[in-house]
Amino acid sequence: MPPHFIDGQPHSHADRPRRARTPGEPLRIGIGGPVGSGKTALVAALCRQLRDELSLAVLTNDIYTTEDADFLRRHAVLPNDRIAAVQTGGCPHTAIRDDITANLDAIDDLIGAHPGLDLILVESGGDNLTATFSSGLVDVQIFVVDVAGGDKVPRKGGPGVTFSDLLVVNKTDLASMVGADLGVMRRDAAAVRGERPTVLISLTEDPAASAVLAWVRDQLRAPVRK
Amino acid sequence: MHGVGGLTTLLVLSDSRLPTGGHVHSGGVEEAVTSGLIMDLPTLRAYLIRRIRTHGLVAASVAAAVHTGALLPDAADRETDARTPAPASRAASRAQGRGLVRLARRVWPDRDWTALGATPHLAVAAGAAGAAGELTAEHTALSVVYTTMTGSATAAQRLLALDPGDVAALTFELSGLCNRTAAAAAKELADLSDPLLDALAQRHTQRERPLFVS
Repeated sequence: MPPHFIDGQPHSHADRPRRARTPGEPLRIGIGGPVGSGKTALVAALCRQLRDELSLAVLTNDIYTTEDADFLRRHAVLPNDRIAAVQTGGCPHTAIRDDITANLDAIDDLIGAHPGLDLILVESGGDNLTATFSSGLVDVQIFVVDVAGGDKVPRKGGPGVTFSDLLVVNKTDLASMVGADLGVMRRDAAAVRGERPTVLISLTEDPAASAVLAWVRDQLRAPVRK
Repeated sequence: MHGVGGLTTLLVLSDSRLPTGGHVHSGGVEEAVTSGLIMDLPTLRAYLIRRIRTHGLVAASVAAAVHTGALLPDAADRETDARTPAPASRAASRAQGRGLVRLARRVWPDRDWTALGATPHLAVAAGAAGAAGELTAEHTALSVVYTTMTGSATAAQRLLALDPGDVAALTFELSGLCNRTAAAAAKELADLSDPLLDALAQRHTQRERPLFVS
């Protein structure tokens, strides 16, 4: 759509609303996606790669209380006090999109306890394809789907697949076993996402999640929007 | 009689979709379901009536007193603690008060919210919000009674997979009780607490894998 005007002001549909991040605030990255697609494993991988160079924290939104937070603590990807969990009343998508209060309170507490935080990863509990993070909660968001969920997922679209700032297609190592066509997934994702990037990864083959890591580093370097 | 804020402000403040973090609290319903106290519509009805008459009345009376200035926030905080012996109930109330005052600061930025502190009890925050919205004290009380009912009703609907139409019919049926409770709450501070709700709240914290915070 070409640029056009509302009340004399230029107006474009290319960008979705963004949080006004103030200088000195940690970057907040949302990580969402269907159940079992590898969100928690990706969070663990990013923590292992970044924890020695950054001050970071993780906030999980679970269906059942603290399952994901417990996994991260058990695997000691960060000190316990840098992993917080929000209970969601059985509705993770409500807690990350419709009423983000509990998440905002938890973020305030993390920032209060750890001055100088650089990055907070906010993980959503496994939900459906319509789940997406409010722009009041995160600065950018990653949506994680997996090859085993079927190669039709990118074509089905939905806000996460379409509008996430990074789409991650995980478990590419399983493609041949589940009869998924990676080319189809790549092409369908590009068709609904336009300029927004998509990466195909396998955390078992590349435990560092290099492609996602590179994108996260880019986000960390991006200037704070005024 | 309506306040300057009018009926629409009352409706907005009482909307269960108001983003104050209330949706992660069940008002003891999850533990009551787990314990076998609530299992169907009749038991939910009994629970809601009790909850409106005890916790609803007390919280609404504190809110009304804060609204009129009969209680300053500090005193209201102590009065609420005195009526809420269980640490888990206090924590749940303060978590929700924190959420409401977060929103209130956004909606009425010119008002001074510092007297409430970071984590006021929900009733104290609701009284201050009702005053900021220029409701009447009775409407502030009604908003508290009503959300006390709907928060628990919605949680039960979710936990027991009840027919939403049945639950809605039940909340319509209890509207008279809500009105009467709010009117009583606006008159004077209720000297009451509910041991059952305190016991449920406390036991909930020891359960593994609850869906709701309280």
